[in-house]
Amino acid sequence: MNNSTKNQTNSYLDMELLRFSTAGSVDDGKSTLIGRLLYDSKSIFADQYEAIEESSKRKGETSVNLALLTDGLRAEREQGITIDVAYRYFATPKRKFIIADTPGHIQYTRNMVTGSSTSNLSIILVDARNGLVEQTSRHTFIAALLGIPHVVFCINKMDLVDYSEEVFYNIKKELEAFCSKLDVKDIQFVPISALNGDNVVNKSENMPWYQGSTLMYLLENIHIGSDYNHIDCRFPVQYVIRPQSEKYHDYRGYAGRIAGGVFKPGDDVVVLPSGFTSKVKTIDTFNGSLDEAFTPMSVTITLEDDIDISRGDMIVRENNQPYVSQDIDVMVCWFNPKNLILNGKYAIKHTSNDVRCIVKEVKYKVNINTLHRIEDDKEVKMNDIARISLRTTKPLLYDKYARNRFTGSLILIDEATNETVGAGMIVE
Amino acid sequence: MKSYNLTHLQELEAEAIYVLREVAAQFENPALLFSGGKDSIIVAHMARKAFWPARIPFPLVHVDTGHNFPETIEFRDDFVKRYDANLVVGSVQKSIDEGKVVEEKGFNASRNVLQTVTLLDTIEQNKYDCAIGGARRDEEKARAKERFFSHRDEFGQWDPKNQRPELWNIFNGRKHLGEHFRVFPISNWTEMDVWQYILQENIEIPSIYLSHEREVFIRDGVIMSTTDFIQQRDTEPTKKMIVRFRTIGDATCTGAVESDADTVEKIIEEVAAARTTERGTRSDDKRSEAAMEDRKKQGYF
Repeated sequence: MNNSTKNQTNSYLDMELLRFSTAGSVDDGKSTLIGRLLYDSKSIFADQYEAIEESSKRKGETSVNLALLTDGLRAEREQGITIDVAYRYFATPKRKFIIADTPGHIQYTRNMVTGSSTSNLSIILVDARNGLVEQTSRHTFIAALLGIPHVVFCINKMDLVDYSEEVFYNIKKELEAFCSKLDVKDIQFVPISALNGDNVVNKSENMPWYQGSTLMYLLENIHIGSDYNHIDCRFPVQYVIRPQSEKYHDYRGYAGRIAGGVFKPGDDVVVLPSGFTSKVKTIDTFNGSLDEAFTPMSVTITLEDDIDISRGDMIVRENNQPYVSQDIDVMVCWFNPKNLILNGKYAIKHTSNDVRCIVKEVKYKVNINTLHRIEDDKEVKMNDIARISLRTTKPLLYDKYARNRFTGSLILIDEATNETVGAGMIVE
Repeated sequence: MKSYNLTHLQELEAEAIYVLREVAAQFENPALLFSGGKDSIIVAHMARKAFWPARIPFPLVHVDTGHNFPETIEFRDDFVKRYDANLVVGSVQKSIDEGKVVEEKGFNASRNVLQTVTLLDTIEQNKYDCAIGGARRDEEKARAKERFFSHRDEFGQWDPKNQRPELWNIFNGRKHLGEHFRVFPISNWTEMDVWQYILQENIEIPSIYLSHEREVFIRDGVIMSTTDFIQQRDTEPTKKMIVRFRTIGDATCTGAVESDADTVEKIIEEVAAARTTERGTRSDDKRSEAAMEDRKKQGYF
C-alpha cells in the first residue's frame, strides 16, 4: 500500500456521521439538489446513472430525472411520486452522510416527522421567486418540533431572480422573523441554484456579494459534537447479559445504549424505579473495559451491588434524575387513518419500556401552516399535530423532548392492529 | 478538553448492536440469516459483540441453494465451529425433492427465486418469529425503503406501501400469531463502510472476495465462474482470469470482476474508485426494473 492510500484509509476511519433530512414540495428542486450533491461528490455510479437515463428517455423526459434515483418502488415510478422516506448515502473525505429524503405531497407530515426524528440537520428549500410560503412554515415548524439542532434554508433558483442580493436578503429577513417564534438552535441561509450548481458544492461566480459558505461546506463542517446530550446521565437497560458459563459464572451485565451524559467506573448511581443505589463497577465491551462511555455508545454496565434490575429500568446519577410520572403531556403527530380516540387506550413504547396509557384530554391542535392553536376542533386525524394528556399504567422515566430526544420521545401503538399510530414528544 | 465524538463506523456499530439487542429483548425465537457473505459475516460479528461475554443467543440459519461456491460453505462451517454457534440449514434441494418448488430450466436457470419458499418453510418449521438479515439500503432501490424492523404477514409477504413509521430509536416489533419480522441491523451501512469495518476489526472473510485465478466464461458481459450448476453455451468458452467477487450469492447468478485486489486495503481502494454498483454483477436483480421489490413482496429477504 502506498502512502497516499494509507492516508486515505486512515482518514476514512476518522470520519464523522451526519444525518440530514431534506424537505420540499413538488417543484422546488429538491430532487435536483440531492442529485447535484450526489453527482458533484461523485456518489452516483455509472450503471445507476445509465439506468435512470434509460428510464427518463423511455418516459419521454428531455433531461435525466434524478428523482428516479430515490424512487425505489414500482408504484412510485409508475405514478411519478415519492411515497415513502428514501434513505441515500454519500461520503466526502470528511464525513459520511445519511440523507432522509422526505416526499412533499402524500402524507408529508408523517414522512417529515419520521425522516426528521434522527436528523442532525434539516435542509429546507425555498423558491427565490416565492419566498416564505405556507409549505416553508410547515417544514420549519416540523423541524423545530422534532428538535433538529441545525436548520439550513437553501434559497433556490437564484438564477431565475438574476442572482439578486436584495431578493436573498429580503427572504432571509422574513425567515428570521418567522423563526423567532420557534425554538431552533442554529439557522443558516445559503443562496443556491441546484440546477446550475451555484453554492451547492462549488462556490458561485454569479453571486460575488455572498461571502458565506457553500451548502457542502456547511454539511462537512457544521459542529455536531454538541447535538447529543452529554450532561444528564441516562442508561435505559435494554437487555440483561448472564452468560452462566464456567468462566463468567457470576457475571451479570446490563446492556444498553447510553441515552445521555457520560458514565465512568466508580460513579454513584441510582436504579429507577426501584431507587436502589450502587456504584458503576465496570463498563464492558467485547474489545475490553472502558474508562468512560457516552451517548450514543452501546455498552454493558456492571454494578458493585447485586440488585434486581431488568429491561425497562434506568440507571442514572444520584444528583441528576429524570422525571418520574404517570401523567404526561405530549405533542403527538398522528399517523393513522383511524382518528385518535379520546379516552381510548393505547400501548406505549418509551426507551426500553412498554406501558399502556389512556388519552385523558386533547388540549389543542396546531395549524402547522399558521402556527395558530385550534381549540374548537379536537378531532385528531391523520397528519394532525396536537397536544394531548396521557395517563400511563406505570410511571415513565423521562426528560422533556427539548432536553433529550432519546428519553423524551415515545410512540403510540394500536393494541388491536399493532400499528404505530402516533409519535409523541414529551412536553411535561 | 475531551471531545465526545464517535467516528462514523463506531456510530454505525453502536446502532447495529442496539438493534441486535432489541431483537433479543423483543422476540421469543429469533434467528440470524447467515449466508457466509460479507454482510451476514459482519452482522454475526456484531452479534458476538452485542452479547459478550455470553454466546450469541440465537441460531444462524443458512438457506442452502445447493449451488454454492465451495469456498463459502467451507468458511461457514469453520465460522460456526470457531464461535461455537448453532447452525440450522434450510435446503432448497429438499424443497425441490418434496415437490414444493420446480427447478428452472435453460441456460439462465437459477435457484435464487426458489430460496424464498425454503426460507419461509424454515421460518415456519422452526417457529422463528424474527429473521435477522444483512441487507443494506444502499444495495438496491427497493431495499432503500426498508425499515430496520420490517413486518411480514402470515404469508411472509412485505407490503411496502403500508409499512409502520419508524422514529428515533424506538422499534415496534409487536405482531399477531403467525406473523414474523425481518430485522436489518446494517440498514445504514454502505459497501465502503462494510469493507472499512472488516479492515478495522480484522474480520476473516471467504477467500473468493480476494483476487485469485479462476476458470470462468463470459455471459452477457458478466464474468461467470464455471461450475456444474450452469450450462455453458458452445459460444461461451472457458478461460482463466484473475478475478474476485464483490458480492456472493448463488453461483448461478453471481458474476465476478477482474481485479488484482488481494488484500482488504486494496479492495477499499478499488471500491473507492468503482464506477458501478456492487450488485451490478447480480443477474437476479436484472430480470426486471422491479425484480427485487417483487421478490421481497413474496418473502425474499
